[in-house]
Amino acid sequence: MATPRTLFDKIWADHVVRTEEDGTALIYIDLHLAHEVTSPQAFAGLRETGRKLRRPDRTIAVADHNIPTTDRSKGIEDPESRLQVETLEKNVKEFGVPYYAVDDIRQGIVHIIGPEQGLTQPGMTVVCGDSHTSTHGAFGALAFGIGTSEVEHVFATQTIVQKPAKNMRVTVNGVPPKGTTGKDLVLAIIGQIGTAGGTGHVIEFAGDAIKNLSMEGRMTVCNMSIEAGARAGMIAPDERTFEYLKGRPHSPKGGAWEQAVAYWKTLPSDEGAVYDTEVTLDAAEIVPYVTWGTSPQDALPITATVPRPEDFEDEGRQNGVARSLEYMGLEGGMDIQDIKVDTVFIGSCTNGRLEDIRAAAEVAKGRKVADGIRALVVPGSGLVKEAAEAEGLDVILREAGFEWREPGCSMCLAMNADKLAPGERSASTSNRNFEGRQGPGGRTHLVSPAMAAAAAIKGHLADVREFLS
Amino acid sequence: MEKFETFTGVAAPMPAQNIDTDKVIPARFLKTIQRKGLGKNLFNDMRYNTDGTEKEDFILNQPAYRNSEVLVVGDNFGCGSSREHAPWALSDFGVKCLIGTDFADIFFNNSSKNGMLLIKLPQDIVDELMDDAKLGANARLTVDLENQTITRPNGEVVKFDVDPFKKHCLLNGLDDIGLTMTNKKDIDGFEGKDDMARPWMPSTANK
Ligand code: SF4
Repeated sequence: MATPRTLFDKIWADHVVRTEEDGTALIYIDLHLAHEVTSPQAFAGLRETGRKLRRPDRTIAVADHNIPTTDRSKGIEDPESRLQVETLEKNVKEFGVPYYAVDDIRQGIVHIIGPEQGLTQPGMTVVCGDSHTSTHGAFGALAFGIGTSEVEHVFATQTIVQKPAKNMRVTVNGVPPKGTTGKDLVLAIIGQIGTAGGTGHVIEFAGDAIKNLSMEGRMTVCNMSIEAGARAGMIAPDERTFEYLKGRPHSPKGGAWEQAVAYWKTLPSDEGAVYDTEVTLDAAEIVPYVTWGTSPQDALPITATVPRPEDFEDEGRQNGVARSLEYMGLEGGMDIQDIKVDTVFIGSCTNGRLEDIRAAAEVAKGRKVADGIRALVVPGSGLVKEAAEAEGLDVILREAGFEWREPGCSMCLAMNADKLAPGERSASTSNRNFEGRQGPGGRTHLVSPAMAAAAAIKGHLADVREFLS
Repeated sequence: MEKFETFTGVAAPMPAQNIDTDKVIPARFLKTIQRKGLGKNLFNDMRYNTDGTEKEDFILNQPAYRNSEVLVVGDNFGCGSSREHAPWALSDFGVKCLIGTDFADIFFNNSSKNGMLLIKLPQDIVDELMDDAKLGANARLTVDLENQTITRPNGEVVKFDVDPFKKHCLLNGLDDIGLTMTNKKDIDGFEGKDDMARPWMPSTANK
């Protein structure tokens, strides 16, 4: 009998073009997503060497990191941001790459538009010059971020040189309490295994708490696998995956659909497949989570207190905690719910989808954002924005005092006009709470969209369960 | 990538330890859209005053060293960021070879990907070459990768080790893409097979 294989093993095997003696493989790439920040030098490299783009028909480009989320008719103010976007526009024309222009309804964050258009499908290899490419793993695809040299390599050859990763399975069983979302699950996972817990591995998320997540929730979980140090994260495709894909613009149609589904059903890990590392969590114990420090692993239940350096044994860790507390302007031992925020950001490729905006609106409905709080809701794409507006979510949010913005990466990283000022503190649905990530000196607390909305209304980090009927 | 050919060039001494990638090219120059052109900002904050004028005492500003092609460097040169801007900046300035006892890992790999030869030698030999590099107009070294030798200004020859695969790539001007291109037939073959096996693969063309 054939050796049982994991989902990762199967996708890997189906994409090996050749293998060198030392195990290094040339892996075929099915879908390459390009954006304005990491592609310009790669396009320039092609031009300098007279090389062509091998598969423009497997490449899609969009500008997301640098674009303003306010009125776009005025263009981009920052000259360097503008140049990056204009350069992308020139490059896609020259090299014949399909492109969703800034005024196209399909424009949005690169990791939102792939699934939305049905371009991301089970069993595919997906790359992008961006570490959160792991998002696409929610469909049972092998998806990872690459550097600029590799972007050029994929442009020219549609392949990438890699050694196989190790297999890791993170199983979350049971039913999570009310108020717990995919974001809380993944924060709890990272809190448990640490930011290096997945190093060298591809993580497969499994268990009924994962299976019971919507596709949006699964994307949130896979999105943050990179914050656990993993090369990629993935979830076995199932009926829910197929349901999501059916009828999307680039999904297979007719007989091809049947054929594709038959193949997709062969992908889940075989019974008895062996993992190099296994971790199990009980969903029933995972209440809404929040980060207190400057690393995604600094995650705790909203009901906890901020840790003290002396809570830790290791001296290096003690120093790290002390440094984080200083940067974050927090006292060890204080209740997390006493942490006041001045900014709330709901959006990003982690939590900028329709379900996320619905969750925020549910909390915001009939309530008001606390005085002095700047609260932004930034849909992940033009289509998310349109769908939310069709449901009247924008009205609910605006009435509550939230700003309703144009799609883009926005305050996830300080590359466009949406930033934290030094010392400002946010409750944010994004994925990184590193020092300066949302602006120099800015302080970030990572939370789910519902928790972010709750913080906006209370003016401090709050337990969303108070708001849920 | 250009082929690495034997050359004789000026070597500049940079004995400081731990020159990190932020010193090689400060982060504020990273929001660029080109690989080329970073040479003018190489070592920017060591090389220029805040008003943009040159710092006279910085080695690459001195007349004998303005066109240096070799840098003899202190330990752990290139530590810091994994971004590729540091090798891009060095290469754009015209540096072809760095000699030191040890280099930061990622920087080492990124540099050879960009056509530069990084040579690791024991401390005593690096010290001698560092002294050679201080000879100003006479600080000329000949670097011969084929024979793995450095010829000193006094005519003495120093041997060095290099990974055979990296040597092959540098001598033949093969960057990673060039190498993969030598397997083009395999890629063509894969695509042919895959078109049959998974005919539903989506095209990104507009719908
Ligand atoms: S939303 Fe944030 S993490 Fe996602 S692609 Fe944009 S900048 Fe990167």
